[in-house]
Amino acid sequence: MKDAEFTDKKQEYTISVYTENQVGLLNRIAIIFSRRKINIESLNVSPSEIQHIHRFNIVVNETPDTVRKVARQIEKQVEVLKVYFNTNDDIIWQEMALYKVPTDVIAEKVYVERLLRENGARAVVIRKDYTVFETTGHREETDKLIEVLQPYGLIEFVRSARVAIIKNSQGFNEKLREFEREEPGQDVVELEHSDTKRDVFTM
Amino acid sequence: MELSIEETIRTAVPKELKTVSGSVALLEGLIAEGTEVVFGYPGGAIMPIYDALYDFKARLQHILVRHEQGATHAAQGFARTSGKVGVVFATSGPGATNLVTGLADAQIDSTPLVCITGQVFSHLLGTDAFQETDVINITTPVTKWNYQVTDANEIPAVLAKAFYIAKSGRPGPVLIDITKDAQIQKIDYEGYTPCNHIRSYRPKPNIRMAYIEEAAAMINAAKKPFILFGQGVLLGGAEKEFQAFVEKSGIPAAWTILGAGAIPSDHPLNVGMLGMHGNYGPNVQTNSCDVLIAIGMRFDDRVTGRLDKYATQAKVIHLDIDPAEIDKNVKADVPVWGDCKDTLPLLTARVEGRQHNDWRAEFAVFEKIEQEELISKELEPGSGELTMGEVIHQLNQLTKGEAIIVSDVGQHQMVACRYAKLNNTRSNVTSGGLGTMGFGLPAAIGAKFGRPDRTVVAVIGDGGFQMTLQELGTIMQSGVDVKIMILNNQFLGMVRQWQQLFNEKRYSFVDITSPDFIKLAESYYIAGKKVTEREELIPALTQMLEHKGSFVLEVMVEKELNVFPMVPQGCSVSEIRLK
Repeated sequence: MKDAEFTDKKQEYTISVYTENQVGLLNRIAIIFSRRKINIESLNVSPSEIQHIHRFNIVVNETPDTVRKVARQIEKQVEVLKVYFNTNDDIIWQEMALYKVPTDVIAEKVYVERLLRENGARAVVIRKDYTVFETTGHREETDKLIEVLQPYGLIEFVRSARVAIIKNSQGFNEKLREFEREEPGQDVVELEHSDTKRDVFTM
Repeated sequence: MELSIEETIRTAVPKELKTVSGSVALLEGLIAEGTEVVFGYPGGAIMPIYDALYDFKARLQHILVRHEQGATHAAQGFARTSGKVGVVFATSGPGATNLVTGLADAQIDSTPLVCITGQVFSHLLGTDAFQETDVINITTPVTKWNYQVTDANEIPAVLAKAFYIAKSGRPGPVLIDITKDAQIQKIDYEGYTPCNHIRSYRPKPNIRMAYIEEAAAMINAAKKPFILFGQGVLLGGAEKEFQAFVEKSGIPAAWTILGAGAIPSDHPLNVGMLGMHGNYGPNVQTNSCDVLIAIGMRFDDRVTGRLDKYATQAKVIHLDIDPAEIDKNVKADVPVWGDCKDTLPLLTARVEGRQHNDWRAEFAVFEKIEQEELISKELEPGSGELTMGEVIHQLNQLTKGEAIIVSDVGQHQMVACRYAKLNNTRSNVTSGGLGTMGFGLPAAIGAKFGRPDRTVVAVIGDGGFQMTLQELGTIMQSGVDVKIMILNNQFLGMVRQWQQLFNEKRYSFVDITSPDFIKLAESYYIAGKKVTEREELIPALTQMLEHKGSFVLEVMVEKELNVFPMVPQGCSVSEIRLK
């Protein structure tokens, strides 16, 4: 069966979850993955552009079938507003990385500075003893700079979780209205009308 | 007559502000939600609520259980027979952890519960205080929603939300954990406002008319349509709508064990039970129908058997309120999202009136085979040892199908579900998804509180009874009238059956000894009788049913009888075995 072959293939998915800002919700979402023994490769939680609504970006390596089921089980949670899942082709994504290196090395060796520039790194902090560079990009890009800096005394490295923007959308509002069009009903609600004073947001 | 704004302001009665404790606000809220009975057990961290309860005795009945697990199962029994929300009180730590089995059972069987647990003082949270457990995180996977209250001002709104979430959409258990300081804290109480909207929560998906039309067209074109119905029909209160749909379309309908009773057992279109120990015809015909219409059921593995050989020839129409159930186990060709109380009438209006006589005749053939080869021998063996089937059969004769049947888990459960005659909805209470041994006795107590006007018969095995038999104390103290039948085969019968069939009779720890159940009942001041001979059965059943108050009837049944038909694990439903 061709379909089965397709659905059995694992690939990277970015799951975007819009939620209320609620204590315990992270656990409620995380256990939906751990219950199926799915490892979360990357997780970012931060406030969205809409007040009191948070956005989770979760990266997993899974089959489309499983991701769809997981997404529905997440969306079913009382405090979850909406879930999207996308392959890497559907999104623009970035991770940010910070690198701490000895300042004297940078100062002495001109080509290190050139390497940093080539890799799009930017100095965030320059102190007498160390300098912190920042770079943003895909995993391979931030990985590459580790390799570059390793011989020059990389002191510390840290990378953020992935943040992603869905290509096929004009933002959260448009996407939600699209969702509404597919499933028209009595409670069709326009997000633009979300009343921030009364803190009303309906879907 | 409408009042002008000025008049409204002038005549408005100012809302009375009362200063009450969080505990009182909670109890007032429960009463405002229509709660009549609470199943609970006190303890240190919930003492302020119990202290407040002392003054609410006349307004709120409290049933003291013997173990918190019993409280959850009783609340489940109450919810399942009454259609209302079951309410549980328990203390922190062990009190709360004892709720977990009942919560998991209620979660998987979509039973609305609101559980209130006490918690240590908020300043002690996270300090490993006495009887502190992280109940919110422990219960997250087994609740539809849970919330910890540390400020009494939140109590009325959180309780309202809890009831709304528990009973709306696909129902489920909800837990509120209240710290002791919040129970004590005084608040300005403005009265209770029920909740009917949460912005992030959609209890029902929107109905998509295109799918209704598509489903109706598919049904109208079908030659061999087959309906599978589950508890969704009961939970939606859609029994009438369902019966109208079945009768107009003339489609044979089979049930999951939680859907039993949605239409009467002897309805001509009710063709029986699905699944591993279901009826012959429904299982075989699943793999020969052309359109499968699943209504408020979730294709549990005990229903489907081997999935890749399940109804592959059929188009599947799936009606469900929970979008996460669509395509979860069986791919739906037409997903009919929505509450079946809303979607069924839309479908009924669009389907053509049919009889499907030839197709139904096929079911009759299977029914005849099953009847001759199996059922008649089980229900009327005539000689030899008593069978579980004949006990249920004789009970049917006496109750005429009017009783509520509560079962525990195991062989007797399958027999009770297969053979119990049910004339009414909400009359079969059993632990379906979780398969919780020990469910039966406490659930029966709750079932009777939920429907005091009806006879409640608990059918329990000798193993399951011993898991929660302390609830005999609850029966003794509350005086509730529950008829308890222990079908004693001196084995953990279902596991023994599997060991016989699949493990070469290597009976590993399945022979279980029992106390003298009748003496045990007697020590709780509960009447009882033990039956070992066939001629004693009917008189004893009559005695049990006529007895005023609870009664324990122990029936010694054949030790090594197996439940058949059976779809062995890993087999397709059409590979069902009659022996």
